[in-house]
Amino acid sequence: MNFSRKFLIGVPYVWLLVLFLVPFLIVFKIALSDYAISIPPYAPTLELANGWQGIVDLISGLDFENFVFLLDDDLYWKAYLSSVQIAATATVLTLLVGFPIAYGMVNAPDEWRPSLMMLVILPFWTSFLIRVYAWIGLLSNEGLLNSFLLWLGVISEPLIILNTNIAVYIGIVYTYLPFMILPIYASLEKLDASLLEAAQDLGCTRIGAFWSVTVHLAKPGIIAGCFLVFIPALGEVVIPSLLGGSRTLMIGKVLWEEFFSNRDWTVASAVAIILLLILVIPIVLFQRNEQKQREAGK
Amino acid sequence: MRKLTWFNTVSLTLGFAFLYIPIVILVVYSFNKSKLVTIWGGFSPKWYGELLQNQAFLDAAKVTLQVGVVSSTLATILGTMAAFVIVRGGRFYGRTLFSGMIYAPLVMPEVITGLSLLLLFIAIGMDRGVTTIVLAHATFSMCYVSVVVSSRLVSFDQSLEEAAQDLGCTPWDAFKSVTLPIIAPAVFSGWLLAFTLSLDDLVIASFTSGPASTTLPIKIFSSVRLGVSPEINALSTIMIALVTVGVVTASIVSKRAIAQQKRDEQMAEQ
Repeated sequence: MNFSRKFLIGVPYVWLLVLFLVPFLIVFKIALSDYAISIPPYAPTLELANGWQGIVDLISGLDFENFVFLLDDDLYWKAYLSSVQIAATATVLTLLVGFPIAYGMVNAPDEWRPSLMMLVILPFWTSFLIRVYAWIGLLSNEGLLNSFLLWLGVISEPLIILNTNIAVYIGIVYTYLPFMILPIYASLEKLDASLLEAAQDLGCTRIGAFWSVTVHLAKPGIIAGCFLVFIPALGEVVIPSLLGGSRTLMIGKVLWEEFFSNRDWTVASAVAIILLLILVIPIVLFQRNEQKQREAGK
Repeated sequence: MRKLTWFNTVSLTLGFAFLYIPIVILVVYSFNKSKLVTIWGGFSPKWYGELLQNQAFLDAAKVTLQVGVVSSTLATILGTMAAFVIVRGGRFYGRTLFSGMIYAPLVMPEVITGLSLLLLFIAIGMDRGVTTIVLAHATFSMCYVSVVVSSRLVSFDQSLEEAAQDLGCTPWDAFKSVTLPIIAPAVFSGWLLAFTLSLDDLVIASFTSGPASTTLPIKIFSSVRLGVSPEINALSTIMIALVTVGVVTASIVSKRAIAQQKRDEQMAEQ
């Protein structure tokens, strides 16, 4: 191996080892440590001065106490379950909103498509935080949505939406919509309109043809889109903090508060490890799905 | 033939209304005279004036831009190198681990990335500030850059580079005069992506920033928690305007570059 190749591989490799893998191992180690009133606030710490004995002491001081604590405390269970539930519900809602848009884009005249595409991608480039913030003013009790509905006479008193789970759903659907639209659009784009005609000629109703041809062909895009929304939504912090209420439990927010408010690093690290374990399942399923698509595409 | 049914028209209209109405209202209310964000008190640009007087926001904006430029440049260099390793690296010891480390940050929740980097910086006794945010941002955005660049590299015809070398170029010259111009649009969009990711990031920056290095998203987040304010609307409007101009320009430029490249390739074939 020549020098330039070593350099090319070595630089990003070492970078990722130091700034991705090592930090991750530290989280794992602290999750197994005990909370201590000291700086840093956990024990044991690695005493390199003691040489080999220091490492032995460190390892013998680790245990699964924090995980036992998490399993015992109802709060964490509820937070996990409710994050999964919120992320799953929001994913289904995003699909229901995103599919018709992607389908409309595919049927739009060719000359419109680059602009439509741009319109879908543009919000993705604008700040996530700003897009979430925009909804606070809309959804609050004196907000524009309520004023509008009151003016229409649809409701007689303001709906309480902000600081509830409904606001969290709206926030997730709104911010992750491009992730759903783009893969569905990509798979529908290959749809040959003559297939629909063939299905109808063969006796399908229009809805039947739509279901068995369009939706079936869009399936890879739908699956990819759902994962792309579900995975980040599960660990979401900003949306539940800004739009959700004190009763909105999401695990990312719990980790955030455990770290910044309670300053319990050991529990925060244990929460992080379990969040990852939960994410591994959808991520592996997603990878498999992608692999299958690639093989089918060959 | 495909045609737009009434259902398509309705869903496109409603869909884009849903995507854009909140942003439009945000922008409109940044010009509201009234301090109340929900009541229209007449047109006034005064919040922009107040924003420019607000030293805390200006300082945060400066930190954010510094972090953005440095981290995205680092991320582009590292990410492009990583893309070459993935596409052309061949076999080497620890390749699986390498590609795992490239793809994992893409799906890793930000809270975990932020927490783990903070714990590393504390473990090695590094003071938190602009440097730690830059390191954190460069690390997660290099993975996005490498995905963007490697998708261009995969479709790149390597024989062009070999031809240049046969004609007497050194490998480095061949890289500079053949490979780089071809992958340049992808490298540029990678840089742009890394830059916006950095400007946008709240969670990782919150973990890795120190008391003297507040970024704009951190500042916005802490003031938004106290309630909606027209100043934040004004700031958001400026940011939206900058991003819109940037993205539209970049897409026009890259479209032209691709068209130019196609023309060049056709010329070369003739």
